[in-house]
Amino acid sequence: MWTFFHKMGSPRWYYQISGQWLPWIAFVTVSLLVVGSIWGLAIAPMDFRQGNSYRIIYIHVPSVFVAMSGYMVMAIAAAITLIWKMKLAEVVMKCCAPIGAGMTFIALLSGSLWGKPTWGTYWVWDARLTSVLILFFLYLGVIALYEAFEDNISASKACAILSLVGSVNIPIIHWSVEWWNSLHQPATLKLTEESTMHPDMLYPLLIMIAGLYCLFALLLLLHTRSEILVRERGTKWVKELIAAK
Amino acid sequence: MQFDSFSDFLTMGGHGVYVWTVYGIALLVLSALVITPLRRDRRFFVEQSMLLRRDRTVDRKTTDIDSE
Repeated sequence: MWTFFHKMGSPRWYYQISGQWLPWIAFVTVSLLVVGSIWGLAIAPMDFRQGNSYRIIYIHVPSVFVAMSGYMVMAIAAAITLIWKMKLAEVVMKCCAPIGAGMTFIALLSGSLWGKPTWGTYWVWDARLTSVLILFFLYLGVIALYEAFEDNISASKACAILSLVGSVNIPIIHWSVEWWNSLHQPATLKLTEESTMHPDMLYPLLIMIAGLYCLFALLLLLHTRSEILVRERGTKWVKELIAAK
Repeated sequence: MQFDSFSDFLTMGGHGVYVWTVYGIALLVLSALVITPLRRDRRFFVEQSMLLRRDRTVDRKTTDIDSE
């Protein structure tokens, strides 16, 4: 366990092993997203109340899931950065921010465009929508804060504290539909109970969720690898890589 | 298949604009997130190999001078 942990901290080892995973994850991601999209857009039945606008769910729900999980990954990496000063955790924390911001943007936009035909408005200031908007600003805040510092050490320390403090928002998002009266519907998917969704609609949704999680893993690998190259450019192994190109 | 024709698939009973905009923008944002690190890597290797080559020629020159 400890040797594994120690190895994980070695950027060189991480770069090599993640390079082997990359094509496999890319293949799985693309297959899941292509199958899920076609199924969701063309094959799944129409919703009897919302019509075809409900097909936005296949983008909306997965992107919200990944946006929230991405934030938790960032907060955990932030904690490891603060406690053990692990190089790799710092890189993961930094790279989560743009990916999470992109996912949250898609979640907000898809929700808004779903709201128009369903609720008759693009936006309401209700608890669920506002707390997700705060999530978006937290991601942007981490990106901006990182850029604001000259040296990496103070930048990552400040960002780690911001992401840890911001993690209180995650349970707020989750329970906002139960704590406050919200226009937003409560969760359709439940881990403990039978889902209220028809299987023909549910399966493509589960495929899209799996696909977007794989995409998150893929993006995180791509971004962290790129960041590691730049940070380690003075070392022997990166120089060998450059010479081999 | 849930749709009778291709135009039916595009209009989606009046909801086509919303559905297709969402899928389009999602594709745009996600591909941007994939392309950014790939382009950054390519630029990195081009720049660094140029630096490496320059360093090597400088090294050779200095050793030439030393041996004289």
